[in-house]
Amino acid sequence: MQYVQQVLFCIMAAGAIYWFSKKVAEIRRNIFLGKPQDLSDNPGQRWNNVILLALGQKKMFHNVPVAIMHFIIYAGFIIINMEVLEIVLDGILGTHRLFLPYLGEFYGWLINTFEWLAASVIVVCIIFLARRNWLKLKRFISKDLNGWPKTDANLILITEIVLMSLFLTMNATDQILQDRGVAHYEPTGSFFLSAQLIPLFEGMSNNSLVAIERIAWWIHIAGIFAFLNYLPYSKHLHIALAFPNAYYANLQAPGKMKNMPEVQNEVLYAMQPELAPANAAPPASFGAKDVFDLSWKNLLDAYSCTECGRCTSECPANQTGKLLSPRKIMMATRDRLEEVGRNINANQSFVSDNKSLLHDYISVEELRACTTCNACVEACPVSISPLDIIVELRRSLIMEESNAPQEWNGTFSNIENNFAPWKFSPDDRDKWANEMAS
Amino acid sequence: MKINTMAEMMANGETPEILFWVGCAGSFDQRAQKITKAFATILDKVGMKFAILGKEEACTGDPARRAGNEFLFQMMAYQNIQILNGYNVKKIVTTCPHCFNTLKNEYPELGGNYEVIHHTTLLQELIDQGKIILKEGGSFKGKKISFHDSCYLGRANNIYEAPRKVLEALDAELIEMKRCRTKGLCCGAGGAQMFKEDEPGNKRINIERADEALETGATFIAAACPFCNTMMMDGVKNREKENEVAVLDIAEMIAESMA
Repeated sequence: MQYVQQVLFCIMAAGAIYWFSKKVAEIRRNIFLGKPQDLSDNPGQRWNNVILLALGQKKMFHNVPVAIMHFIIYAGFIIINMEVLEIVLDGILGTHRLFLPYLGEFYGWLINTFEWLAASVIVVCIIFLARRNWLKLKRFISKDLNGWPKTDANLILITEIVLMSLFLTMNATDQILQDRGVAHYEPTGSFFLSAQLIPLFEGMSNNSLVAIERIAWWIHIAGIFAFLNYLPYSKHLHIALAFPNAYYANLQAPGKMKNMPEVQNEVLYAMQPELAPANAAPPASFGAKDVFDLSWKNLLDAYSCTECGRCTSECPANQTGKLLSPRKIMMATRDRLEEVGRNINANQSFVSDNKSLLHDYISVEELRACTTCNACVEACPVSISPLDIIVELRRSLIMEESNAPQEWNGTFSNIENNFAPWKFSPDDRDKWANEMAS
Repeated sequence: MKINTMAEMMANGETPEILFWVGCAGSFDQRAQKITKAFATILDKVGMKFAILGKEEACTGDPARRAGNEFLFQMMAYQNIQILNGYNVKKIVTTCPHCFNTLKNEYPELGGNYEVIHHTTLLQELIDQGKIILKEGGSFKGKKISFHDSCYLGRANNIYEAPRKVLEALDAELIEMKRCRTKGLCCGAGGAQMFKEDEPGNKRINIERADEALETGATFIAAACPFCNTMMMDGVKNREKENEVAVLDIAEMIAESMA
């Protein structure tokens, strides 16, 4: 019977890891559908960003209570997962509390610590559920989150509560079985928090308790494997991608826009034809119409977004009722990229579906509302730049589709002909200076 | 007061200490011309040898690039860099954060390498060096001033303190708006919005920001960008407060307060 459990466990673990790796490889492939962008400079500064922004969650601390609660879930979840190592080994080897004989008293101390963290995680998850569902915080009741994104957020919190509760149940029943001297349940010493649950189970028979302990153990570990495989489909993927995203964060002045060397060269060759290479092929396209035209960092950004909405709540356009929401820009980019990924899975390589990120997922009206103020970029705790994507899409609109509002066409023609965005005579540019002289 | 152009200086065999990049708003917009004149007056008073490009200056291309018209941006950048490099310009000061950002951050990779500073930074330096001497009991002493952060100065280039230090030198009472510094709300002009109607929404951004500035109870709204200046002024006028609250550039405040 024990062997059957071990075999089942190994199959479950192998399956979970296989499916997860497969999906990870798929996401990696999708990200690298984007254009190359060299972000390998300044490793020192980049590691510094990983420590400050990802590990230290620096930007979260603009709101200290929320930052502390978020840190509890994050630290709690990671530290408690050390216990998963023992659980996995127990599952494979058919042992129970494998580390107990080696760690002695320290084992009890460790499990007690995990329990405190587990309880804290439960409390914070309940507060976060309340913030999302009952306190009606503007960024959580936004229409950006209608449907699946709202469910996704709640599912994550509920799963964490369930996993932590199972861990405490498992320990509570284990302690009763230890006291009754049931075989395999070696004394660990008391666990303070789960001991508070003992009255709930005390009246039960040994068999029922063993059953509950085993079921809690199995659901807990199965739940963890399931959660692992849920991550790649969820906004919760940020727990992993926040780290590479902080490493590859923009290090230049936020006001600097990405240069387009192909356009720079076109202009240079037009001005100085002698510099043009004989076989210069004109660039294929300008700006981004679809996810393939964005850089891989833009696509990593899309997968790193946890849909918290701090960008949108800082956006001047969004705050004044315009259609633009930087969060929605990121969600739309990920949705489109996922769709392209499924298309590739089904057809080996991408087969045109007559859709594109621009127009089908992100509308002209949204793009037109952006003031390029960088508030969204500044607000993002995981170093995402919605602005970068907005500008790339604007470039495609203007340079590929000549799609500009009438006023902008006028502005462009003034800049080109009068060297200023307004229709003034260039000869009057220093009129103010002449006025000062007189 | 005679404002020299680079061409005139070259002809006289002179080299200015600094080039004053006036920008399109500062050159043509009637309101912004006052800022330009105030700043030129300050430079003249402190005896700094400066020049302008005059008719040779052209739009940096900032609004074109941000609207998505990279071709036009590159054309403007090419022309300007040719001119600037032709005069062997080393140091540039500008009263416009948009010009500042483009010249400082975007021209280098196109071959235009200059030391570029914003006028608020230069004003702070001149005050620190004792070159700008302010009147005792100037017109802003004890007055409530709220500073509006320009996106292209603040978030884009991390300049938050220089304008505030200059205002502090006026002995005024600085009142911050709720959304300030890294969280400062845009005036609504950036990204070429200045040159088109707002997209459909329930409020204009400049009115939202002007409301916030008016809520502080300040009698002066200080700006450091000609576009912010216009946007804030329009917002204040929309609320019919233009007789009680003035929107001024920091350079205008300093010029008025100099001994």
